[in-house]
Amino acid sequence: MTEQPRLAEQNAAVVLPEPFVRWFAQKGWSPRAHQIELLARAQAGQSVLLIAPTGAGKTLAGFMPSLTELADRARRKPGQAHRGIHTLYISPLKALAVDIERNLGKPVEEIGLPVTIETRTGDTPSHKRQRQKLVPPDILLTTPEQLALLIAAPDARRFFEDLRYVVLDELHSLVISKRGHLLALGLARLRNYVPGLQTIGLSATVAEPDELRRWLVAQNPPKGSKSPAMARVITVTGGAKPDISILDSQERVPWSGHSARYAIPEIYEAIKKHRTTLLFVNTRSQAELLFQELWRANEDSLPIALHHGSLDVGQRRRVEKAMGENALRAIVATSTLDLGIDWGDVDLVVHVGAPKGASRLAQRIGRANHRMDEPSKAILIPANRFEVLECRAALDANYLGAQDTPPLIKGALDVLSQHVLGVACGAPFDADLLFEEVRGAAPYAALERETFDRVVDFVATGGYALKNYERYARIRKTVDGLWRVSHPRVAQQYRLNVGTIVEMPELNVRYVRQGRGMAARGGPVLGKIEEYFAETLRPGDNFLFAGKVLRFEGIRENECVVSSGVGANIIVPSYAGGKFPLSTYLAEQVRGMLADSDRWQALPEQVADWLRLQKEKSVLPKRGDLLVETFPRGNRHYMVAYPFEGRLAHQTLGMLLTRRLERAAARPLGFVATDYSLAVWALDDMASLFKAKKPSLAALFDEDMLGDDLEAWLNDSWMLKRTFRTCAVIAGLIEKRYPGQEKSGRQVTVSADLIYDVLRSHEPDHILLQATRTDASAGLLDVSRLAEMLSRVRGRIVHKHLDQISPLAIPVMLEIGKEPVNGGANETLLMEAADLVEEAMGRR
Amino acid sequence: MNFSLARTSLMAEADLVGIAGERAVCDPRGVLYFPELRLLAVSDLHLEKGSSYARRGALIPPYDTGATLLRLQAVIADYQPAIVISLGDSFHDGGGAERMHSSFRERLEALISGRDWFWVAGNHDPEAPADLPGETVRELAIGSLLFRHEPSKVRTEGEIAGHLHPCARIVQRGRSVRRRCFAGDGGRMIMPAFGAYTGSLNVLDRAYAGLFRRETLMAYMLGAERIFAISGSMLRPG
Repeated sequence: MTEQPRLAEQNAAVVLPEPFVRWFAQKGWSPRAHQIELLARAQAGQSVLLIAPTGAGKTLAGFMPSLTELADRARRKPGQAHRGIHTLYISPLKALAVDIERNLGKPVEEIGLPVTIETRTGDTPSHKRQRQKLVPPDILLTTPEQLALLIAAPDARRFFEDLRYVVLDELHSLVISKRGHLLALGLARLRNYVPGLQTIGLSATVAEPDELRRWLVAQNPPKGSKSPAMARVITVTGGAKPDISILDSQERVPWSGHSARYAIPEIYEAIKKHRTTLLFVNTRSQAELLFQELWRANEDSLPIALHHGSLDVGQRRRVEKAMGENALRAIVATSTLDLGIDWGDVDLVVHVGAPKGASRLAQRIGRANHRMDEPSKAILIPANRFEVLECRAALDANYLGAQDTPPLIKGALDVLSQHVLGVACGAPFDADLLFEEVRGAAPYAALERETFDRVVDFVATGGYALKNYERYARIRKTVDGLWRVSHPRVAQQYRLNVGTIVEMPELNVRYVRQGRGMAARGGPVLGKIEEYFAETLRPGDNFLFAGKVLRFEGIRENECVVSSGVGANIIVPSYAGGKFPLSTYLAEQVRGMLADSDRWQALPEQVADWLRLQKEKSVLPKRGDLLVETFPRGNRHYMVAYPFEGRLAHQTLGMLLTRRLERAAARPLGFVATDYSLAVWALDDMASLFKAKKPSLAALFDEDMLGDDLEAWLNDSWMLKRTFRTCAVIAGLIEKRYPGQEKSGRQVTVSADLIYDVLRSHEPDHILLQATRTDASAGLLDVSRLAEMLSRVRGRIVHKHLDQISPLAIPVMLEIGKEPVNGGANETLLMEAADLVEEAMGRR
Repeated sequence: MNFSLARTSLMAEADLVGIAGERAVCDPRGVLYFPELRLLAVSDLHLEKGSSYARRGALIPPYDTGATLLRLQAVIADYQPAIVISLGDSFHDGGGAERMHSSFRERLEALISGRDWFWVAGNHDPEAPADLPGETVRELAIGSLLFRHEPSKVRTEGEIAGHLHPCARIVQRGRSVRRRCFAGDGGRMIMPAFGAYTGSLNVLDRAYAGLFRRETLMAYMLGAERIFAISGSMLRPG
């Protein structure tokens, strides 16, 4: 803690107004030191970052400066103009805003403060929004998208002119995404309206608090000052140490897979022994599977519920309500952010699958405990043997308090484009001034003027080398030097497309009575499923969703029609995204653990045994080394590498290695990647190629693969197309798709894929393609991590040739065949289908 | 692979499609060629679709006309047809030909010169394109073939149409592949859209109801270097 308790008491006397002191006394509470310190800092005119675990009274602390100031403010006299917003609260979740309204309303009422609090989200009816514009509440609770919309309104400056504070909740989760970029730009705009604006960030523990401290304040300090501007930080160290253990199963821990099915009886026993158990998994598919298995084991019919982001909102709210009332014994959930706020009395957290990051684990366990002075209890369930190592590493890290939240990325240019148009919709702007303002936002602090000008050009006419669209410009520079929206329609279009969350096309899952097939009507909506998954189903297929086995009937407009299904061959839908790669920190820990046999004592015997066997049959790499094994199997030759850099980086590596092996005439057939290793298989013996230095292993893994090879592969990759679509929507090049408008209109709309193809062949340096490549490198491809790995292992690659598969290779070898291998395979599938026809027609 | 080689081998394999007794090559680039007639048909070019969108505020890249013409140039160079039929919706809207950049116009004029060129009127471009050579017609009958933009509701032998932008989808080994296609049942043929920005509509969509004999429906799906002939029974909606 940064403040001594005694000092806090002194502060309390100075800054806390009388009604608050009385209220705390009535409650039998005393204000906490960090609450008082935050208030003191804010009253001294500073912006503050509060880092505290859940249960520390973070929310009340965040609002204290506003509430005390509003308590002292003179009441508005009748006839006086309405005052603008005093405090803006921004959270990543609509649900959070709604919850805060309820929770903050209580003390406000009890203290008797003349303060109005309202929410404004996508669900707020338009008459209420209108009224809020005329009679603004003192405290407005909202989301980043709504802030963007408010800024794009012509009356924005007046609406915000009385603003004093912006409270940013869950800041650690806001800043890591493009939503965070949009919000940072919005904040910069608010600072332009109100130069003395103060921010208060509320965050869980993060690896680099300074990044958040910079984020909260303007980054263009007066000339001459050296150090970057930062908010003050107040850190509350977290209560009791959590009691975390790894399940030491009596069962055999499987080699591969993610279901943790082996541990179901033990998990069920744990649920029975506790009041309420919160079960976290990493993906929605795992959630569906675990839920299904638990109910199969549920002989006592315990109330066990399922909760994830694809389920219908009504269903989720019911589960949250039941949870708040302590009516549930267990909830299977995917992430803390999917969940609402009222947690009930959770006394056990079970984490199924490896946590993938030490900070993520700490946040999940921490979120489940209301009282910070009681230890949270958690059990980790590794789903396979590598996950045992990973859980062990995460557990050590949690005890050591290590943090591995990812570093923040530079502000995205598609988001900046959206913001520039939004600013223009609000009021005409001067490019020089706007550039300075934008550089005040931390993610854009290093933005270059040339890039900014290209963004403005893009917003105006598309920014193409072929200057064809001058007459259709969306914004124009007028004689007074200001950029103005050229037509009111532009502002309308902007409002429909605001935001940075671009969903994959989804279909509603409509549950109808069995036996009527597609003729059936009505029935409840169970949630949403990704379109590409529904497209692979055939009527009569059974799949798992919303905790039910469903029979696929067909697709009708934007709905996937299902009925009650049964039994065998059940498919579990996979969801794009949602799979976190192993954090760099944990990867390093796992490598360290492999290299150090003394640490194996902490591992379950069967896993330690496995590692001993590997040492005997092959080799265990030293901490900084990369082990590459080669061995023949069947009539194929295999190469398995163990970089431990996460699935995304391994996939990229696999693509690039196969390209190179193809050139070396090794005739590679495919590859498969896991979080820990990757396997490549070929018709030719790769080991003898390495021996003859055609190429050497070092040359094969040389960093230069990230040059032309990457470029060439990238351009045709579906990943780049998917990323381009997101960028194009955010940047306002193409419109968001709305349910219902898509299906029948397919031939008249222009798809992002077609635009991508045309733009790539005609203007590969276009700013939107640059933005796309940057995004893909950081996201789906994880190129930076691959680059770090390749440079780390230079000269440290250990090659081991074996007669047969090694113990360490078993997990990745078992993945072969489970995952489709990408590449030119689409044509192969077409050929197969066409050949089937030929065959059936007796032509072959 | 050299493309003209691929074409020759296609023809050598006698992978010709019969339409009301006439034989045609379904080229994987999306054009139909009748060797005996030296006639090339191409449908739904939708030239100047980009600028048409830009007019309404969506500033999508202005390179579609150039891209489409480049591909058209290539197929015309390969087949050297005596007759070219552009089967309607050649321009995305009535003002398209006027908006077209002068360099594109010159390229298009060069393609037209020296051959008989027919603009079939489409729903997007019912009038003749401004200041361009070639003859504008509502429909065109040649031998047993009838070229028109929109397929007629009653089943018509020998009709070759566009308008619907057909595509087909198959699922093989749990994966879905969707491609533009020619759709035919031996009697009539609906051509894929050729334009760079043209979307597509599944041949199993309602819009095609009654147009084909289901038993003999074939989708000739466009591959990178060849056509994949898939029977109607293997196709999936959506």
